[in-house]
Amino acid sequence: MANLPEGFSLRAAAEALLLAASAPLTAATVAEALGLEPPAAEELLRRLADEYRREGRGYEVQEVAGGFRLTTRPELAPLIQSVIRRDQTAGLSHAALETLAVVAYRQPVTRAQIEQIRGVNSEWVLGVLLERDLICEVGRAQTLGRPILYGTTHRFLEHFGLRSLEDLPPLELEGGVPSSESAHPPRPERES
Amino acid sequence: MADAYRVRLEVFEGPLDLLLHLIRAEKVDIHDIPIARITTQYLEYLAGLEALDLDRAAEFLLMAATLMEIKARMLLPRHAVEHVADAEPEPDPRAELVRRLLEYRSFRQKANVLQEREREASRRFVHPVAAGASALPPPPPEGVTVADLVAALLELVGEPVADEPAEIAREQYTVRDKMRTILRLLRQAGGSVAFGDLFGPRFSRREVIVTFLALLELVRQRWVTARQDRTYGRIVICRARPAMGR
Repeated sequence: MANLPEGFSLRAAAEALLLAASAPLTAATVAEALGLEPPAAEELLRRLADEYRREGRGYEVQEVAGGFRLTTRPELAPLIQSVIRRDQTAGLSHAALETLAVVAYRQPVTRAQIEQIRGVNSEWVLGVLLERDLICEVGRAQTLGRPILYGTTHRFLEHFGLRSLEDLPPLELEGGVPSSESAHPPRPERES
Repeated sequence: MADAYRVRLEVFEGPLDLLLHLIRAEKVDIHDIPIARITTQYLEYLAGLEALDLDRAAEFLLMAATLMEIKARMLLPRHAVEHVADAEPEPDPRAELVRRLLEYRSFRQKANVLQEREREASRRFVHPVAAGASALPPPPPEGVTVADLVAALLELVGEPVADEPAEIAREQYTVRDKMRTILRLLRQAGGSVAFGDLFGPRFSRREVIVTFLALLELVRQRWVTARQDRTYGRIVICRARPAMGR
């Protein structure tokens, strides 16, 4: 059972955890900390989210990258930007977004496969995405030269505010051609 | 004129992007591309490519070759094989290109979706620690000015560099390649490397200079920082953005 000081509710405990966390917290983590079953922790967090919404808070509980985190309400962005300068305001370049789209929908995927689709050399842009922790190496293809396979990271989900890869709209290939591999983005290779 | 082309070409991500643009601009059906007309248009654009760097030009030229090959195959009489028994109906020479264009187009649309999500996500602010504030690169060089770097460069160039034979093949070093090489060296060396170690003993003068330009670019873009413990001391190059571990 949770070792909470007297007078502190589970809600208070969940709030504290969310506020202190530096990355989205999974329901499992919260469950362990509070001595709950994961479904109960998930319900607790969802209820907290509902309450914040009803109370008209300036922040909310966002479900992202398989977990929960506190963020300010998007509608208040202009207000916040009048006071705080964001470190990385610049969005990704179009080349980076295009490459990410290929990795997200075709993962695990090799550089050669990415270049085949994009028609351009993608070494540099892959380096940028690796450095920003938006993609990572997930293994090696069992083909000649055993090329590196790339996949998206948790950071990718956070960056785009996605709960999971299933949040991405399905990739509909035109011309009535049934998609050769995957219409939906595949599930992530690894759990973390 | 050539300048106008150059400016416009830079806008395109690659040959497929350019082709899609032409198809849209000419208002033609992507499933029934008038290949002769589009090829002509494409080559006209390419005429402006001369001044572009070779890396990019190669990609555009490869597509030009593909287009011309398709154009040639379209001209061949189709019925030539009809009298051969069980001959499969000849596939449209354009089929593979159309498939690639459609595939590329759907990924490009998804890139736009991602951009939209990114814009939305950037309206949420999270706890500064979560935002990775502590992982951001420190403001540029610590105690090293560009002048110090140039001095170090002159030391290198001033030394007798590799003996250059009378006849040398044209070298192909690009700043971009060298930037990647430097980052790779840093990765292999665990994050920092001595300035002098970026230059191999057999580097020609040209390679030294290209490497140096790549280093300056990396410093400017804040991928790396340069540190020097004391005046005239060894300059150490460090990776500025630690890969956020996960």
